[in-house]
Amino acid sequence: MTQPVVTARNLSRHYESGGGMFSQRQVVRALSEASFSIDPGKTLAVVGESGCGKSTLARLITLIEEPTAGEFTICGTPGVPENWDSLRSQVQIVFQDPYGSLNLRHRVGSIIEEPLKIKRPDMPAAERASKAREMMEMVGLRPEHYDRFPHMFSGGQRQRIAIARALILEPKLLVLDEPVSALDLSIQSQVLNLLLDLQERMELAYLFISHDLSVVRHVADDVVVMYLGRPVERGSKEAVFGAPRHPYTVALLSATPSADPTRHRNRIKLEGELPSPLDIPAGCPFAPRCWKAQDRCRTERPELGDAAHAAACFYPEGTETA
Amino acid sequence: MALLNIRNLSVDFATGGGSFRAVDGVDVTVEAGEVLAIVGESGSGKSVSMLAAMGLLPWTATVTADELTFDGKDLRNLSPSARRKVIGRDVAMIFQEPMSSLNPCFTVGFQIREALAQHLNLDRAARKKRALELMEMVGIPAPEKRLNAFPHQLSGGMNQRVMIAMAIACGPKLLIADEPTTALDVTIQAQILDLLTGLQRDAGMGLILITHDMGVVAETAHRVAVQYAGWKVEDQPVKDLFQTPHHPYTAALLAALPERATERRLPTIPGVVPGQFDRPQGCLFSPRCAFADDRCRSTLPPVQPPELGRARCHYPLMAPATEEAQ
Ligand SMILES: Nc1ncnc2c1ncn2[C@@H]1O[C@H](COP(=O)(O)OP(=O)(O)OP(=O)(O)O)[C@@H](O)[C@H]1O
Ligand SMILES: Nc1ncnc2c1ncn2[C@@H]1O[C@H](COP(=O)(O)OP(=O)(O)O)[C@@H](O)[C@H]1O
Ligand code: SF4
Ligand SMILES: [Mg+2]
Ligand SMILES: [Mg+2]
Repeated sequence: MTQPVVTARNLSRHYESGGGMFSQRQVVRALSEASFSIDPGKTLAVVGESGCGKSTLARLITLIEEPTAGEFTICGTPGVPENWDSLRSQVQIVFQDPYGSLNLRHRVGSIIEEPLKIKRPDMPAAERASKAREMMEMVGLRPEHYDRFPHMFSGGQRQRIAIARALILEPKLLVLDEPVSALDLSIQSQVLNLLLDLQERMELAYLFISHDLSVVRHVADDVVVMYLGRPVERGSKEAVFGAPRHPYTVALLSATPSADPTRHRNRIKLEGELPSPLDIPAGCPFAPRCWKAQDRCRTERPELGDAAHAAACFYPEGTETA
Repeated sequence: MALLNIRNLSVDFATGGGSFRAVDGVDVTVEAGEVLAIVGESGSGKSVSMLAAMGLLPWTATVTADELTFDGKDLRNLSPSARRKVIGRDVAMIFQEPMSSLNPCFTVGFQIREALAQHLNLDRAARKKRALELMEMVGIPAPEKRLNAFPHQLSGGMNQRVMIAMAIACGPKLLIADEPTTALDVTIQAQILDLLTGLQRDAGMGLILITHDMGVVAETAHRVAVQYAGWKVEDQPVKDLFQTPHHPYTAALLAALPERATERRLPTIPGVVPGQFDRPQGCLFSPRCAFADDRCRSTLPPVQPPELGRARCHYPLMAPATEEAQ
């Protein structure tokens, strides 16, 4: 059996805020008890609405922040701070905003080489440059782009620069936080194709964060659906999209507009809005908006469990007739 | 008679690098009770064309049009005060970022009452009552309490509802919504789109929905105008557009949708949208078009008849897009 590139067990990140003289100390539960694993060459997509903890998870896995509870491994090595230095070249991140995430005062070549400069200071400059050029070719940038500044590039090209930079250390895992959300449709498909090509060629594992379900349906192998900081459903793409079990997943899928004007739809109307993460309901976090909620849902929290297709729900869809 | 009728609208901006044409010869018509979607990539001139029609662009913009009428009135030579009477009352606009259009210093109740005071002859008590009604109409829970809230105390979805309440305050005949749900989550987006189309249907209002989301277009529009680099390249009823796009750009855009993918590799459109300094001769889409020939690269394409989607193209497509992709 192949060793997973990343495994996570009950990963949590809570933030304390306030606690001054007049305000009460409050805890933001940005992420609670996330468990998953990703094999080489596979894509795990994390979906959910704004504030559900997707980027928090990304920061933990890319060794930017420590979890407040739970553990994870990268290529079998525990992701504890003692190991961060040696693990950093194994996991890299690409952000949503191709404008904000690049240093606009540096030339494309030196932006792409920078991780090498830091991680392999002994590598001769000529070797670094030739590696950078190799990366540029791989992501579809032209050789003459090497000496240009990022402001001369379009959004899609800047995202290619960010991807080249992330890949230069030959990581095993790429965390992609909304990598195509800022791109226009005609450019989005170019970048998605590039990501699929690179994955095949380098056996990369992707942690793919997106709120766009049609993109996720296209790229993912497995899917985790998050709500208010918690995974509420996890399974293969086919299972989650084909036979969603958590009512929130069902609602999310039914709210996603489909580019087919002939499709007759029966949209589930969710009442209300996402509660504040400072004020997560007792019991099932989705209960206040759930059309199936019973008394039990409001007092006891359903666990996700370890099943291949798991849903944290007492009354999951598809079990009524089973 | 169409509610809004625009013929050959062009907008030029004076910029440091010279003049820049953001909208180029665009026609727009909307009937009462119709939902028109204007779709296109960022920078294609969707917002600018509507702002131009409403006279809301800064002085650096030069707007020309052969015809620009709303409800029979020529908007081109209205005095500013006559224009203000129309805009805000009979035509209302809502924008993508509710936070940038709401004043953070005033309660939302105050802002709704102000919108009412500007255009309607109501006394204080009547304004207060109408503000509460509007908050209820747009589905804000506990409206009495919310009237006293400041914008930063409400979520993005709630603020967008407040914006809609202000926009419909005076019972407009036409509502222009510029990316009204782009900043919102899908479950909230679904609520806001239902609200907008519900109001539109009940009041028989015209609605122009500006968006770049093909899913939103498919689910809400009656008719669709596709923009590319300042041109309107196609205009069709929604079902026809998705089934039989006539302009190569529309066809390529639809084929690039992940949800229409038949293979793991998505069809792409090579290259990028032309900018101020690399606008091609002839057809603006020709550098990226799979069907382009010398004629496309040298001669401006004509606007085809309605049966061909008013495609601005020398060689409009006739075949359904699905056959095209195979
Ligand atoms: N440093 C921090 N201190 C306090 N709260 C935080 C901190 N970082 C994140 N949060 C909170 O944790 C929750 C999860 O945030 P996160 O950025 O992970 O969301 P997300 O799923 O990435 O959302 P989006 O789709 O908007 O990017 C949010 O409520 C956020 O406000
Ligand atoms: N005030 C302005 N001055 C100069 N250029 C502008 C101005 N407003 C918009 N533009 C340009 O006009 C073009 C069309 O913009 P816009 O209508 O906002 O596009 P969109 O289709 O995304 O709504 C863009 O290239 C934009 O940069
Ligand atoms: S005019 Fe020519 S280049 Fe332009 S869209 Fe039509 S076929 Fe393509
Ligand atoms: Mg995020
Ligand atoms: Mg716009």
